[in-house]
Amino acid sequence: MRAEARLVAEADGRGGTRLSTVYGEPPLLPRRTGHHQNPTAAEVHLVGGAAGPLGGDDLRIDITVAPGAHLVVRTIAASLAQPSHPPAPSTLTITAKVGTGATLDWLPEPTVAVAGCDHLSRSIVDLADGATLRWREELVAGRHAEPPGDLRLETTVRYAGRTILRHDLAIGPRAKGWHAMLGRAAGTLLLVGPEAATAEPKIINRMPLANGPAALISATGPDARTVRTALDEGAANTRAHDPDAKPGNWRKG
Amino acid sequence: MSLSTLLVLADGRLPAGAHAHSGGVEAAVAAGRIHDLPTLESFLVGRTSTSGTAAAAFAAASCRALTTRPVPHARSGDIEAAPLDRARLTALDNGARSAARVESLTDHRGALRDDSVRPAERITALDDGIDARTASPALRAASRAQGRALLRAVARIWPAAVNPAGPNPHHPIATGIAAAAAGLGPREAALTAVYGGLTGAASAAVRLLGLDPYTVHALIARLAPECDRVAADAAARADDPVDDLPAGSAILLDLDAERHATWEVRLFAS
Repeated sequence: MRAEARLVAEADGRGGTRLSTVYGEPPLLPRRTGHHQNPTAAEVHLVGGAAGPLGGDDLRIDITVAPGAHLVVRTIAASLAQPSHPPAPSTLTITAKVGTGATLDWLPEPTVAVAGCDHLSRSIVDLADGATLRWREELVAGRHAEPPGDLRLETTVRYAGRTILRHDLAIGPRAKGWHAMLGRAAGTLLLVGPEAATAEPKIINRMPLANGPAALISATGPDARTVRTALDEGAANTRAHDPDAKPGNWRKG
Repeated sequence: MSLSTLLVLADGRLPAGAHAHSGGVEAAVAAGRIHDLPTLESFLVGRTSTSGTAAAAFAAASCRALTTRPVPHARSGDIEAAPLDRARLTALDNGARSAARVESLTDHRGALRDDSVRPAERITALDDGIDARTASPALRAASRAQGRALLRAVARIWPAAVNPAGPNPHHPIATGIAAAAAGLGPREAALTAVYGGLTGAASAAVRLLGLDPYTVHALIARLAPECDRVAADAAARADDPVDDLPAGSAILLDLDAERHATWEVRLFAS
């Protein structure tokens, strides 16, 4: 199945956010959800309109957050990456652009690697100078007591044109020795912008990145709930913007 | 390529401080994740396919940046333009470049490499690329400490070494610089990086757990062909854009390194 979703958020000029494009094809169905909690942000849930991703799927999500806007994107449930017969790889490509003074919160539920799956999720995020990002990625190795298929999350995040995070999280038969490096469930939450400033006291799983105002919170565990709890705790006592806080680069040149 | 020179560079006794680092083994042993041969094997296999593969790729790319002469602009992947550029190259080069030399300018896809980027810029971009792949500040510091120690040795062993990277490059960058200085190529640089990571971690495990050194070396021998495969792949991708190079993430290595850095007493620096 080939499908595409597009989201465009813009500042409405009154301190809020207007969604000028909310488009999706099954199984990518974006639904605007409650913005009463945060009147300045627009929130969208991706509702699974079909099972999947299934082998052979080619899915694309394209997100634009224009300067000054704030978009929150969530999914309503975990994604189950599943095999097809005959076997074929599935891909999900997410591209996001976030403008100056804009915020994107990409907070989906985990992706579960069902036995036999062959799924690649590739994300490329381009942040303008002064953009804010919360970007969560979580993966789970199989359903209960199930050996996982191949699942790979490839992520590139650039800030003002410079790559600040480049990582691939891979589990399954092709990712040799993955269980010793990631555990049965693993996740990261990338914070970019003022709230990524150094947390005090130091939180062990919250690591300041070298190439920009960013921190990566990482967690592994036996299940998705453990990982989510650790990610939330890492982000919990986020300090407000501290102009004296240094990003993690202790040396350049 | 000199095999004996490769042995000199890859020798664990090269005075470059490798013995001070355990490649994450000390922290993994303390956490109880490595306690016998099978758990060591899983760790070494996982480490090789994540950070070991990335280190190999960056060592190969750094070595390549320093072992090819800059040539006029030619876009990688632009196969249509290749014959024209190739003819222009030959004309520009006053016949000094042999047909074989022109052939070596093509990458594994048969397209001309993008050599318009100057070596120093490429090295800086590669060093940035390792920062973007290393979330843990403790691992970044350990990598730069090892890079500095290796460069110190290289400056004395191969005094003609070219180093556009400053005194504290990441370890794989320093490995590429060392290989180029020793007259080796990208594949040997990559092999040195991935094999050194494997043996360093394995020998730390022998010291920390008192494992039988014969069985651990049998394990290294079993994993050696994987090092060859990783190195060959790294060399084939030595000209790829930095963002396209391997970036296998090992969250447990990051978290362990951060915890390890807080210990007051430890046997290894990382």
